[in-house]
Amino acid sequence: MERRDLLKLIATATGVALVGARALAYNTVSPVPLSATKFSQKDVALFNEMAEVIIPQTDTPGAKAANVGQIMAILVADCYTSKLQKIFKDGITKIQTRSKLEFKKEFLLLTPTQRNTLFQALDSEAKAHNQGKHYHIATEKPSKWEPGTDEFTPHYFTLLKQLTLYGFFTSKEGANKVLRYVATPGRYDGALSYKKGDRAWAT
Amino acid sequence: MADNAYDAIVVGSGISGGWAAKELTEKGLKVLMLERGKNIEHIKDYKNANKEAWDYPHRDLPTQKMKLDYPVIKRDYPLNESTQGMWANEKENPYVEKKRFDWYRGYHVGGRSLTWGRQSYRLNKEDFIANAKEGVAVDWPIRYDDIAPWYNYVEKFAGISGNRDGLDVLPDGIFQPAMALNCVEQTVAARVKKAFKGSRQIIPGRTANITQAMPEHGRMRCQYRRKCWLGCPFGGYFSTQSSTLPAAMQTGNLTLRPFSIVKEILYNKDKKRATGVEIIDAETKQTYVYKSKIIFVNASALNSAWLLMNSATDLWQDGLGSSSGELGHNVMDHHFQVGASAEVEGFEDKYIYGRRPNGFYIPRFRNWGNDKRGYLRGFGYQGSAGRSSWRQNVAELSVGAELKEALSEPGGWSIGMTAFGEMLPNHSNRAYLSNTVEDKWGLPALTLDVELKQNEIKMRKDMQQDAVEIFESAGLKNVRGWDSDYGPGMGIHEMGTARMGRDPKTSVLNAHNQMWDALNVFVTDGACMTSASCVNPSLTYMALTARAADFAVAELKRRNL
Repeated sequence: MERRDLLKLIATATGVALVGARALAYNTVSPVPLSATKFSQKDVALFNEMAEVIIPQTDTPGAKAANVGQIMAILVADCYTSKLQKIFKDGITKIQTRSKLEFKKEFLLLTPTQRNTLFQALDSEAKAHNQGKHYHIATEKPSKWEPGTDEFTPHYFTLLKQLTLYGFFTSKEGANKVLRYVATPGRYDGALSYKKGDRAWAT
Repeated sequence: MADNAYDAIVVGSGISGGWAAKELTEKGLKVLMLERGKNIEHIKDYKNANKEAWDYPHRDLPTQKMKLDYPVIKRDYPLNESTQGMWANEKENPYVEKKRFDWYRGYHVGGRSLTWGRQSYRLNKEDFIANAKEGVAVDWPIRYDDIAPWYNYVEKFAGISGNRDGLDVLPDGIFQPAMALNCVEQTVAARVKKAFKGSRQIIPGRTANITQAMPEHGRMRCQYRRKCWLGCPFGGYFSTQSSTLPAAMQTGNLTLRPFSIVKEILYNKDKKRATGVEIIDAETKQTYVYKSKIIFVNASALNSAWLLMNSATDLWQDGLGSSSGELGHNVMDHHFQVGASAEVEGFEDKYIYGRRPNGFYIPRFRNWGNDKRGYLRGFGYQGSAGRSSWRQNVAELSVGAELKEALSEPGGWSIGMTAFGEMLPNHSNRAYLSNTVEDKWGLPALTLDVELKQNEIKMRKDMQQDAVEIFESAGLKNVRGWDSDYGPGMGIHEMGTARMGRDPKTSVLNAHNQMWDALNVFVTDGACMTSASCVNPSLTYMALTARAADFAVAELKRRNL
C-alpha cells in the first residue's frame, strides 16, 4: 500500500485530519556519518567487494548494490564490543595477508574466481574453528555475541559473513528485490499456495 | 472547584489507569490523570510505526552505548532502536536488585499498554478458590461470578479476538472473530486433540487485536503488520491511546498531566481518608498538591506499592496499607522461557501471507480435573508455527550465488512454544524502599528481593517435558525441549504487592479494591492480585478497574466516601 493511501485510510478511520502528516513520514533518522565510525570510504569499498563474494549480484542485486560495506562499518563501530572490533579488523588484515601469500596480489586485484576460492577456504576454516560452539550460525544478529575476556571467540570470517547477511537482507534492496516485502498486508492467509522458487518474506 | 481540586485522581495512565479514567469520567466525575513520563499522542507520535529495518541507522540493533544506558533491558529482547525511549531511563530511575529482577518500566502516557503482549484471557472459577482450597496465602474476596459481567464489559469495549472454545479452564467471553491458526498449526492441533483425547488442546490465541473495525471508536481492524510495539496508526490493538483515553477525553471531564511523579498520597488520620496527592514535576522538580474525593492507584504493581510505602509514614512507618504486614510482599510474575521446538515435515506447497500478531494457545491441563502433580497449579503455552526465513542456518552452503539463492527462499516449517507458569504468592518475595539509593528526584529507590521457590522449580520440569511430549505425540521431528535463563520480572506480569483479601490484618485491599486503611483509595492494577493464575493478567486488571470504579462512584453517591 502506498503511504498516501495509508494516510487516507487512517484519516477516514479516525476522523483525524493529519495536517502535514509529519509523524507518518519516513523519519529523518540522522544517519551515522562514516567519519564517526573511524572507517574510510576505502574501507567501505573493500568491505563491499568482500561482501559481494558472499552475496553476489545475480539476476538480482548483490551486497555491493545494497552498499553493505557501509552498514558493516557502522555496526562494527557502534554495536560491537572492542574485542569483536579487534577480531574483525585483524581479520580484514589477515585476508589481505592470505591473498598476497596465495595469489601474490591484494584482495581487490584478485579475479572473481580467486576471490571465491579464497572465501570458500576461509568459510571451511571458520566452520572448523567454530565447531561445537554456538558461533556456527552466521545468520544470527550481529549484536548477539559478546564473548567475555577469557571466552572462546568466533572466527573472523564468521563475523564478516554474519555482517554481510544481516546487512544485505535487512537492506531495502535485499528485502524488496531478493526477498519479498509488503508494508501493510491487510489480511492473514495461513495456507498461501507456494511453489519452489517463490521468494521468502523479508519480515 | 479550585484549580487543584478534582473529584478523582488517577495515578498512572497504563492499561488499568486508562480504564479508571474512562469509567470515572463517563460517570460524570472530574478526573485528573497523573503520568510520571512524557505524553505520547495517538498516531501522531508513533514515529517509527511505518519504518523498516533499513530506516534505522543500526538496522534496529542495540548499540554498545544503548547497552551501557540500559543494563537491565539489555539482558533480554526489547532493547532495539525502534522502541528506544519506551523504557524507563535506568540511570535516572535506579532500583536495587537484592536478587536479579528484570524490571521493564514504561514511563510515558499509555505506559506498557503500548508495548504489551496483548494476550487476553479470563481467570477461571478455580483460580479464585485455589488459595482457600490449598491453604496458600489468603482467599480471594471475590469469585468468578463477581467479575464475569465485568469481563464481558471490558472485552466488548477493548476488542478481544478469539474463539469461543467452551472450556472450563479458559472461560469464553465477548469475542470478535479469532485470528486463524495457519495450516500447520491446524494440523498439529487436530493431532494433539486426538492423541490426548481432548485433554490438551491447541486453540487460537485470544488477543486485544481487533479483527472487526470499531468505527464508533475510530479504530480500524488489525492490518497484520506486526508492528504493534511501535504504536498502531490504525488503532488495531487496545492501548490507552487507541481506546480508553479518547473515550475519557470525549467526556470533557479529564485533565491529563504528564511529567507528574506522585510522591505521596496525603492522608487525614482523623477521617481515615486520603485527601489528595503531592507530586513532583519531573521537569521542573517543583512540587504541587492536588486534592480529590477518591484516588485510583494504577502506577503498575511495584510502583503502586512504592507510592503507598511513601504515604502516611507519620502514622505507619512502612506506609499506607502496611498495617496488614503485606504491603510490598507476595510479588509474583509468570515464569516462562521454557518450552520446546520441533520441525514439521511436509506442507512444502504452503506458505503464509501477512504478519499475524498472535499465535496459538494451549490452556492449562496440569492439576486440572483428575490430573494431580507433585506441585500446585499449572501453566499454559503460547506458540506459533512458520517457515524459516533468511535467518535459517544453511550450514552446508559456503558463499556465493548458491547461498544467496538458498537464503532467499523460505526454509522448512517449524513450530515452537513457551510455557507461562503460575507463581505462588510468597511472603518472602518482596519489594521495599532502599535506605541508600535515590532516584534523580531524591526519592527512595525500590529494592526487589524475589526468587522462584520450590513449587515453580518443580513445575518447570513439566513445562519442558510436557511441551516435548505434545510435539512428539503429534509426530513432529527433531523435538527439542529448552529451558533458558528466566529471571523474575521478565514475564512483565508483576503482581501481588497490595493484595485483595477478606481481612485487614492479612490484606491491603477489600473485595472492591478499596484500601482497608483509606476507603477512598482504590488500587486496581497488578498490585491487587491475590494469586496469579497462569494466564496473562491485563484483562483482569481492566475488569477489576471497571468494577471498582462502578463501586466507587456508587459509594460517593451514597456519601460513604
